Amino acid sequence: MLESTSQVGAEAPRANSGAGQGVKLDVVDLTAWYGKKQAISNVSFPIVDNEVTAIIGPSGCGKSTLIRCLNRMHELIPGSKVEGKVLLDGSDIYNSNLNPADIRRRIGMVFQKPNPFPNMSIRDNVVAGLKLNGVRDKKKLDEVAQRCLRQVHLWDEVKDELKKSGASLSGGQQQRLCIARALAVDPEVMLMDEPCSALDPTATAKIEELIISLKRELHYTIAIVTHNMQQAARVADRTAFMYLGKLIEFDETVKIFENPREQLTERYVTGKFG
Amino acid sequence: MSGNASIVRLSIIAAILLLAGLLVLFVLASAPLYFALTSVGLVLFLYVCYRIIAQLGGQRTVAAPRRSSLGDLVFMCIVVVIASAIPILSLIYFYELISGSLPTILAFGFSFVTTSVFDSINNVYGVYPELMGSLVTTAIALLIGVPVSIGVAVFLSEVSPGRIRPILSFLVEMLAAVPSVVYGIWGLFILAPFLTHDVYPNVEHYLGFIPIFSCPDTFKPCYFYTTDVMSAGIILSIMMIPIIAAISRDALQSVPDSQREAAYALGATKSEAVNMSVLSYARPGVIAAVFLGFARAYGETMAVTFLIGNATVFTASLFSPGYTLAAIIANQFTEATGPLNTSALIEAGLLLLAVSFAASFLGRLIIRKFVKSREASSLI
Repeated sequence: MLESTSQVGAEAPRANSGAGQGVKLDVVDLTAWYGKKQAISNVSFPIVDNEVTAIIGPSGCGKSTLIRCLNRMHELIPGSKVEGKVLLDGSDIYNSNLNPADIRRRIGMVFQKPNPFPNMSIRDNVVAGLKLNGVRDKKKLDEVAQRCLRQVHLWDEVKDELKKSGASLSGGQQQRLCIARALAVDPEVMLMDEPCSALDPTATAKIEELIISLKRELHYTIAIVTHNMQQAARVADRTAFMYLGKLIEFDETVKIFENPREQLTERYVTGKFG
Repeated sequence: MSGNASIVRLSIIAAILLLAGLLVLFVLASAPLYFALTSVGLVLFLYVCYRIIAQLGGQRTVAAPRRSSLGDLVFMCIVVVIASAIPILSLIYFYELISGSLPTILAFGFSFVTTSVFDSINNVYGVYPELMGSLVTTAIALLIGVPVSIGVAVFLSEVSPGRIRPILSFLVEMLAAVPSVVYGIWGLFILAPFLTHDVYPNVEHYLGFIPIFSCPDTFKPCYFYTTDVMSAGIILSIMMIPIIAAISRDALQSVPDSQREAAYALGATKSEAVNMSVLSYARPGVIAAVFLGFARAYGETMAVTFLIGNATVFTASLFSPGYTLAAIIANQFTEATGPLNTSALIEAGLLLLAVSFAASFLGRLIIRKFVKSREASSLI
């Protein structure tokens, strides 16, 4: 009973934000702790199918914690705790019958720091997830490796050195390799936790292009955490602004940046604090 | 400023005088090797002094405060002299072992490692059983010890709840510090009787057709000695586990969390994540740990002497008594009669050192192979 009332309450501000489109990932009343420290509290917003949703906010606002709750990565940290729901196509990923590993297969993730497996070749890095799923057919793996490397526009740069270590690439290339690795298992949603913060501007531009092409051409649903407001403005359809663990405002990106409802949002996007 | 410089000059002169005094001493004591090595040290030292004086007099191109650069030079000088002790010591060591074993090398040549008689009365020496005993006990220890150690390390680093970890880590480190004679006496009075009464007869009964598990003797029914190669190998594996486990744990714990996350984000379960990211990333460290464990087992003397039976034979059956190189040196050095006997023991020591040396060299090569690809990278 209680749960349903809180859900109704959470749906109210959503009516004018995600209306009309299919909601892929619905965050409902999500609260997360590290030990006794509450990192985010009662966050609710939808991630719409085939859109890029950005989560922005100053350091320590809980945006990384939030995105890690969306594929059950948060619970890997000892002492952490999550309450609330995250509905993937209507069913809660925190359902106790579900294996978190299966959830993470359906909701891929790319991290702040490129983290290819240094002891694997470029090809093996891309297909690492497929191998976990039991795919052993060499031809199939080669095909997928090529397809995914093409999708992240890395194929032409590495096609002659697929056997080299994944760590032999530059930072930007490594990050695209990590995106290819996430794409290879064909996830339904892609989460990106500040994917460009360790990269130079050129590499950042390539990743941003890639995010947009993933959405437009491959119809991925993407959630991206960023501390770079221009980046959010460039790539995202909708933007969530977080502050001190709370979701302050969620709306279409244009509205967040040009005509925000909350004063706090306005002060943040105009650079008055951060 | 000039006061500092003169202090440096004075101490350099004092050091040179000291080394020169040592040289004279070695000439008087007619120790040509030490004379040669001290000369090498002196030359090295003079080179460092030259660099220091050149820097003191020369122009500084970097705008570092003069005081600290002087400190650096003195520091460098001290470190170079201390570090030069390592090559000097190993040279002396090799020289002594080779020159000491020269009589048996000349007398027996290669047959020293292929024959089995070690007879101080007729002055015939061969250490085939001892060499094989050392290698086989170490192999048994590695076969049992490595999987267990890695299991312990994975538990400590990846699985264990936060509260148990420090306690278990402490216990592992404590086990690594237990003196080998304690392992030996426990092995002799508790482990070996249990193994030879309760375990080996059953193993022999069911697996006796395999030569290594066959009856150690021709008696019927089969008689098992309380000391044997297998028991020595098992005690070595127990001694090796805490060392490999502790060092592997450090290697596993130094794997960045981003590697674990990479695996989890692909839908890996815990075991898959450990396997695909943690163990693979930490492989050089784990290999280094295994080679340290090897060195410990191969050179271990006391516990093995207790348990192996000290019989100069080498048979296919692991349940029969045997010998190792380290054990024969420890058992015989006080009774070595005559120069050839002593020389035979020293050559046994040379063999120990040679295999250990080869093993560490091999270990280095393997680690290099794994680290190379990573070093070439620019993991930001």
